[in-house]
Amino acid sequence: MTWELNRRSLLKTGAALAGAAAVGAAAGRAAMAAGKLEIFSWWTSGGEAAALKALTDSYAAKFPGTELINAAVAGGGGTNAQSVLQARLAGGNPPDSWQGNSGTAFFDQYVGPGFVDDITSLYKSEGWEDKVPPAVLDLIRKDGKYYAVHVGAHRCNEVWYNKKLLQKHDIDIGETLSWDQFFAAAEKLKNAGVNALSLGDNGIWANARIFENTFTGLLGYEQTQKLWTGELSFDSPELKEAMKLHLKVLEFVNSDHSALSWDQAVGKVIDGSSAFNMHGDWAYGEFRKANAKDGEDFGWVSHPGTDDIFIIVTDCFTSPKGAPNPQEAINWLKTVGSADTQLAFSLNKGSVSPRLDVDKTKLPPYLQWSYDKFAKNKFVGSSVNGEQVPAAFVQAHFDALTTFVVNKNVDRFAAALAEAQQAISNG
Amino acid sequence: MSLAIEAAEPATRTREGMLERLSPVLLISPVIVTTLVFVYVFIVLTVLISLSTWSPVNLAGGFASPLMKNYSALFSNGRFQADLRNTVVFTSIFLFGSVGLGLALALLVDRQIRGRGIFRAIFLFPYALSFIVTGVAWRWLFNPESGVNVLFDALGINTLLSHVGVGPLKPAWLTDPTVWPPLNEKLAAIFPSAAALQFDIGVPLALIGVAIAASWQLSGFAMATFLAGLATIPDHIREAAKIDNASGWTYFRKITWPMLAPFTVVNLVILGHVSLKIFDLVFAMSGPGPGFATDVPGIFVFEMTFRALRYGLGAAGSVVMLLMVAIVIIPYLIRNARENH
Repeated sequence: MTWELNRRSLLKTGAALAGAAAVGAAAGRAAMAAGKLEIFSWWTSGGEAAALKALTDSYAAKFPGTELINAAVAGGGGTNAQSVLQARLAGGNPPDSWQGNSGTAFFDQYVGPGFVDDITSLYKSEGWEDKVPPAVLDLIRKDGKYYAVHVGAHRCNEVWYNKKLLQKHDIDIGETLSWDQFFAAAEKLKNAGVNALSLGDNGIWANARIFENTFTGLLGYEQTQKLWTGELSFDSPELKEAMKLHLKVLEFVNSDHSALSWDQAVGKVIDGSSAFNMHGDWAYGEFRKANAKDGEDFGWVSHPGTDDIFIIVTDCFTSPKGAPNPQEAINWLKTVGSADTQLAFSLNKGSVSPRLDVDKTKLPPYLQWSYDKFAKNKFVGSSVNGEQVPAAFVQAHFDALTTFVVNKNVDRFAAALAEAQQAISNG
Repeated sequence: MSLAIEAAEPATRTREGMLERLSPVLLISPVIVTTLVFVYVFIVLTVLISLSTWSPVNLAGGFASPLMKNYSALFSNGRFQADLRNTVVFTSIFLFGSVGLGLALALLVDRQIRGRGIFRAIFLFPYALSFIVTGVAWRWLFNPESGVNVLFDALGINTLLSHVGVGPLKPAWLTDPTVWPPLNEKLAAIFPSAAALQFDIGVPLALIGVAIAASWQLSGFAMATFLAGLATIPDHIREAAKIDNASGWTYFRKITWPMLAPFTVVNLVILGHVSLKIFDLVFAMSGPGPGFATDVPGIFVFEMTFRALRYGLGAAGSVVMLLMVAIVIIPYLIRNARENH
């Protein structure tokens, strides 16, 4: 076999290829201009994907003819998606709109560096300001300006349980749940050979979720606020008590918890291999997806001590600066901010609409309950999702917790969290 | 096979001649430029960021004061200390496993056995897979409730063990936070300052599962290298050994092993640097793991940079990783360069 390598022909081929690539790129840019909308999110699990579809269906009905591009990045809690988004924004290649959580991390990462447009005029023209509770608006409002549209509010502090399994073991859960009741039930189940609490913390945030619910319940609303203003240290007797309580709770979890994801853990309650799961109400989407019946197959109650508190994570959409299709993005925000779209969305996502004017009667039992809580509860932004704290604290919290669940050293955990807390106030 | 490249014409002043003389430069320049920009410029940028307080949430950040602030934060970080321990442990188990297994496989398929071509392909195949694919598959295999442990039950191993009065064989694999042996207290008895260590010295048991998966995947690569090495052993040496009646073990010890030495070094260097910068396999398989039992510097850098947005700390971690890899690679490159002269 003989290879004839001719330099001149190689050069010519190279030039031809480069030309073709340039033409191709130009054609690609031309196609982009014709009514496209790229929506970036981390909604890929079953319930989440269905919820996203409710939004896009509603948009397609209101603004037909636009091509929707779903740029979802998988990974629970959006940890992977946020990395991708950060890189795209820094590189000047924003999607037309992205989904994110609101609060401190949102302002630090996106509003501060100027990645999102001020959409105050949209709030005025759509009359959204009077529809949403002020404490919730504060999560996306700064100096009277709005930077995102809420589509749903999740309540993070629920305890889910398999009702039939508990009935079988003669355990009755009332309107609220105390720690004594929980531990009595857990012991009983453990003695009967049933796994009491399911946990899937291969992403440590699911474990942090329980810890936050626990310390918020012990501290109450006022004291919890002080944590984030720096008036109350993590290295205090109150917090150490919460840490000890957290360790006690973890004694009842499945042995393979660090190998499972949060939704697999919820699956254990659905299929009856575990009795309880402590998680936010995106878990509700998993119950619905599995066709489990509210109040029949499964029940729910506030995490001990938090019945009057709504630990909130919101999902919101933005209008990025320099996005390729700004008009489509505004239409998108109008759609997702409307009451009917939010109703359809909440049915699948397990969150409630942040608007107080949604027709409650159309909601399933859990969401009616949660919507009532939304109207009555005090709001505490979730620190696990960065609603109250910068990303650096969230990571420090996760790292400290990863070590804590293994070495069970309360003093070191308290010291590590206090150090991270100190770093917030130092800027 | 012959390679017929047009002979370079004598340099003329025609346009054609210019093109001929410029073409090697033109052809190679894209590679040089992209390598310069995407490798060396970025290394310099990373070093600069590692010395600064800059990040997407602190765009105004300048040089850190003291300059090495991020590095001192890095080495005093308990998680990073655990990562360094994990790198040492993982690299040891993985190199021993993959090179040993690769050598065994090479010796097996180098023999005149039926269908050895098929076996070669089968053993090399895992190397062609993505680390992510392997990571996910091995994560399932090592799930304590549903993976290989089910096999132990099905094979009756546990029934057997219970008859002997021993507990069931049910390793927790990747979910096991144990670091063995417990050395910290003993060490603290000798060196009181060791009590301040923020991580447990020893072998994190969860890491063994990860090392098994990595060895499985890369032993095929080691095998291929060793096969090439075995092919370089001249026939006359083989025959001489045969005439001298060298037994299998003597032949291996006196002939094969010394003659394979350069190939063993190649394997150790290449697989060693894979091991030092491993990320995707561990990330897909177990992530940081219970108590950072399977955390590696790659995951630390990723999370600190893109999740915590502490770019300085992440960049410092990257620079440390680069130095570790350089320690392995540079002597090898220097040796190669000398041999070529």
